[in-house]
This record gives sequence, structure tokens and C-alpha cells, in this order.
Amino acid sequence: MSILVIAEHDNASLVGATLNTVTAAHQIGGDIDLLIAGNGCSAAAQEATQVFGVNRVLLADDPSLEGQLAENIANLVVSIAGNYSHVLTAATTFGKNFMPRAAALLDMSQISEISEVISADTFVRPVYAGNAMAKVQSSDKIKLITVRTTKFDPAAATGGSAAVETIETLADSGLSRFLGLSSSDSERVELTSAAIVISGGRGMQNGENFHMLESVADKLGAAVGASRAAVDAGFVPNEYQVGQTGKVIAPDLYIAVGISGAIQHLAGMKDSKTIVAINKDSEAPIFQVSDYGLVADLFEAVPELDKAL
Amino acid sequence: MKVLVGVKRVLDPQVKARVKADKSGIDLTNAKMTMNPFCENAVEEAIRLREAGSIEEVVALSIGVAKSEETLRNALALGADRAILVLTEEVLEPLAIAKVFKAIVEKESPGLVLVGKQSIDDDCNQTGQMLSALLDWPQATFASNLELVDGTALVTREVDSGLETINVNMPAVISADLRLNVPRYASLPNVMKAKRKPLEKINLADLGLDTANRMTTIEVMEPPARAAGVMVESVAELVDKLRNEAKVI
Ligand SMILES: Cc1cc2nc3c(=O)[nH]c(=O)nc-3n(C[C@H](O)[C@H](O)[C@H](O)COP(=O)(O)OP(=O)(O)OC[C@H]3O[C@@H](n4cnc5c(N)ncnc54)[C@H](O)[C@@H]3O)c2cc1C
Repeated sequence: MSILVIAEHDNASLVGATLNTVTAAHQIGGDIDLLIAGNGCSAAAQEATQVFGVNRVLLADDPSLEGQLAENIANLVVSIAGNYSHVLTAATTFGKNFMPRAAALLDMSQISEISEVISADTFVRPVYAGNAMAKVQSSDKIKLITVRTTKFDPAAATGGSAAVETIETLADSGLSRFLGLSSSDSERVELTSAAIVISGGRGMQNGENFHMLESVADKLGAAVGASRAAVDAGFVPNEYQVGQTGKVIAPDLYIAVGISGAIQHLAGMKDSKTIVAINKDSEAPIFQVSDYGLVADLFEAVPELDKAL
Repeated sequence: MKVLVGVKRVLDPQVKARVKADKSGIDLTNAKMTMNPFCENAVEEAIRLREAGSIEEVVALSIGVAKSEETLRNALALGADRAILVLTEEVLEPLAIAKVFKAIVEKESPGLVLVGKQSIDDDCNQTGQMLSALLDWPQATFASNLELVDGTALVTREVDSGLETINVNMPAVISADLRLNVPRYASLPNVMKAKRKPLEKINLADLGLDTANRMTTIEVMEPPARAAGVMVESVAELVDKLRNEAKVI
């Protein structure tokens, strides 16, 4: 068997989710090639050669891959997919965007967000916001898979010695154009890779009050997250959202502040190792999944927590 | 221009899914079913485009059991002009759904297809991307803003690192995120009117497509339960537990 992993990167370096995807590939078993596709991405390719257990790094560096548009990435993946038994990528917004497109072009199904590898053709994946786990077996010739990264440890970023092979790129599809990306440039650690996350919900009342969480986060080296209600209300930007339709994370410690614990929010954090909930309503469902629950007004408890750290 | 919008009948998002005792799937007997929330955003956006005069007609499409007619009537009550129901008892995979959509697109020639970014039952997040691939159209997924400019679509996409802006040729497939808009409620008179709006039924078999599933569900299991936690009385006790018991700070 041979496995193609499509790396997520920002040209300069790999996104952490790629390492978890490599681990899923290891569990399936076989030679692993890592595809780096982008415009000016040789630095990311160099980093990729170090990833433990990678056989080859395939580099597709071309202006047509600027912005990593789904149409162009999918066409590129389709051009080499025939050499592989499995094609994997992380179930991030990057992977979710191009992978189903590549699958349809190959007339194959996609197995979304696997959380466990049972065998080369059988996988477990969460459905219904993680309220059930489906064990599915695929009959497709090539298995196209996105990986729920919180369910696989990251592969070692060093220790490998793969060679870089440049592959042929294709013409721009001409169907779409990348215009730009706006991110809130935060110095804080990234939500999906943070060991500790403190999230605020509608109970925070406004964006200003999130500074309380940021202060605690800075002391703990934590990332700040949010419920959908907090994002919808405009307290914080969309990239903070944790849940079924936001980011799925599993830090060592997750602190939920003023979050009720709706099914859709739990879907994004209930695999965290230790969960703390601070909520003034003792009946809030978040307490059913928390290891430590504190019934308190957050406007008293959070400053107190800040002082105690 | 015409917009084709996909709507799917799913378990109500407020209802907790229950695994069947024989592990064959989720128990949906007598469960409350509704329109998939992301499809509501897709329908809303299509209606707003028509209200703004950017398009002329909104056609809603659902693929599923006869009861999906309720979901389509709901779309009609919200403002869709007519509806198409492709009938099948089978639960099709996104690839097969995309093939059915393609067949209807070829019949209807819409200038735009709007779908939800994922459905909250199987959480696949595939259909829009697959459909645009089969049509060789551009795609704009996870849209939180849409503007039609000079025969193209300017789309803001919610991505992990923030907001991305792309410009796609039309026709295109756009998949809606929840912040694309706030869906309206159907008024009672519109619910009554929807009963008389045209709804065409087509049997899946009559489309002559290969919609065979590629995956077999071996079993559906309960997720592992979390061990019960404890309530702490004070912030001091919490910090102590985190330091000395959980050892996470
Ligand atoms: C299709 C779909 C997808 C969704 N996806 C997501 C998702 O990805 N992520 C997500 O989070 N949600 C998602 N939701 C929304 C979800 O259903 C809930 O509406 C949302 O999570 C609620 O956010 P919240 O807990 O912040 O707000 P609320 O439910 O309003 O809870 C606020 C909580 O704050 C507490 N509180 C208020 N004031 C204080 C105070 N002073 N001190 C202490 N506690 C206080 C209250 O007791 C309450 O428990 C989705 C919904 C749908 C339908």
C-alpha cells in the first residue's frame, strides 16, 4: 500500500494538523508521500522532509497554487492519486474544501473525519455531532479520507530524511481567484494546538470582557476560544469558534466560562482531557461533561482565578 | 437567472441522537425532523437574492423519502417559487446526491446552486464540493457573505485562520455557513400559500444514474462516556485541584 498525505502549510511551515494526519497514515500502514502544494512553498517542503516516517516529499510549487484554491489543488491531487491506495488530509477547512472535489472527480466517495483506523478499508467516524460513532467499510479503489486530528497524536516533526521530488503542476483552472485572507493577528498560541484553552460564551456579555479571559490565558500559556453565540454576537472573530461547525479541539485543559454546553458546542471540546466549567446556572448541561464545575458569577470567579495564578 | 437550492430533512438539532439497540443506526422513529440548519441559510440567501432583484426564480430540491415533501413545503413557505423532490427510500452518500443534483442542474440550468455546508446528521461536508466538481464549476464553500458582481460571485469564506475572500465565475456552487444570514420564519399565510405552490416528484430510478453506495455501515456505537466530575466550592479549591489532582497547570 502507498499513502498520499496532502499537507497543510502556509508556504513557510507545516500546519500542526499535518503531523496528526501522518500518524493516521502510519496506522493504515504503507509508504507515505507528503504533498506540498503552493506558491513559494519550498521552505515548508524542507520542513516536511524531517517528519518522521515520510518516504518522499512531493513539491508542487507554482503560481497557479496561490491561495490553494480548491479547483487547482483537487486537479493536482487527481493527477497523482492513481499511484496510491489511500489519500489523506486533515479535516480542517483546507482539507474539507478540496478533498470532496478530488473524490468526485475520481468517482470515489470520501470518508469524512475518521477518528479511528480499524483496517485498511474500515474506519470509525463521528456522526450527529459526535453523539454516535459509525464504523464504516469502504469498497472504493482509492480511499479518500479526511482525518479528525484530535484523535491521532502528532508524528514526530524531526528524525525523518525524505527526499524532495518536484512534480509537474497544471494550468490554473481559471474558475476562481483568491483575493485575500484576514486573520486577527494574535500573539497567543493557536487554538487547535494549544495545551490549554479558555473559552467564553454568551455569558461574557461583550467583547471587552474577553480581556478577562485573555489575561488568564496569558498566565497559563493558553489559547482563547468561544461558543457560537459569542461569535454570532460579535464578541470575537469566527476563528475562535469551538464546536460541531467551528474547530474541534482536545486540549489537556479546557475551561468553559459562561457557556451553557449545547450539543453543538460539546461536539468541539468533549474529548479534552480535563474540562472545567464556570457557570452561574447549576443546571447548565456543561456541568454534565466537566471534571470540575464551579457554580459562580463569572465576573467574580474569573478575576479571582486570574489573581490565584 | 434561476437559483437551485438544496434542502435536506434531518433530525432536529435540539434533539439528542439516540443509537438503536441493535447498533444499526440512529433511532428516528417518531423523532422531530426539520430542515437542516445550513440549508435554511441557503434558502434564505436565495430568497434575498430574488428580493434584491439579482435573480428571478428560486427552485428548492430535496432528495429523500416522501416525507421530505414537508421540508420542501417549508422552503416554499419561506419563499421558494417551486420545488422538486427526487424520491428514494435509500440513504444515499454525498457522491450519489451530487450526481442527482447534477441531473437536475442539467434539466433546470440554474445560474447558481446554493447548498448548506454540511448536514447535521452525517456531518459529511461534501455535497457542494462534489457537485461543483461533477459540473466543472467553481466552488465557494463555508460562505459567510455573498455578493454578485459583474456576472461573478464575490464570497467571504469562514476558514480556520479567519476570513478568506475569493471571486468565482458563474455558474457556481456555494455552500452556506451559519453566519451567511439569519433565516426568517414562515408566516401563517405563507405556509397556506406554500401548499399550492408547484412541487414536482421524480423517482430516483427514472433518472437512470449510478447511485450505488460505496460504503457499508458495519455498526453505529455510542461514543465513550466521560466519567462523572465533581463540583468545587471556590476558585481556590478549583486551582488546587487543577494543580495537585489533575496536574494540568
Ligand atoms: C447547526 C448548528 C450548529 C451549531 N454549531 C455550534 C458550534 O460549532 N459551536 C457552538 O458553540 N455552538 C454551536 N451552535 C449553537 C448552540 O446550539 C448554542 O446555541 C450555543 O453553543 C450557545 O452558546 P452559549 O453557551 O455561549 O450561550 P447560551 O446557551 O446562551 O449560554 C450562556 C450561558 O452563560 C451563563 N451565564 C450568563 N451570565 C453568566 C455569569 N455572569 N456568570 C456565569 N455564567 C453566566 C448562563 O447560565 C448560560 O448557561 C450550533 C447550533 C446549530 C443549530
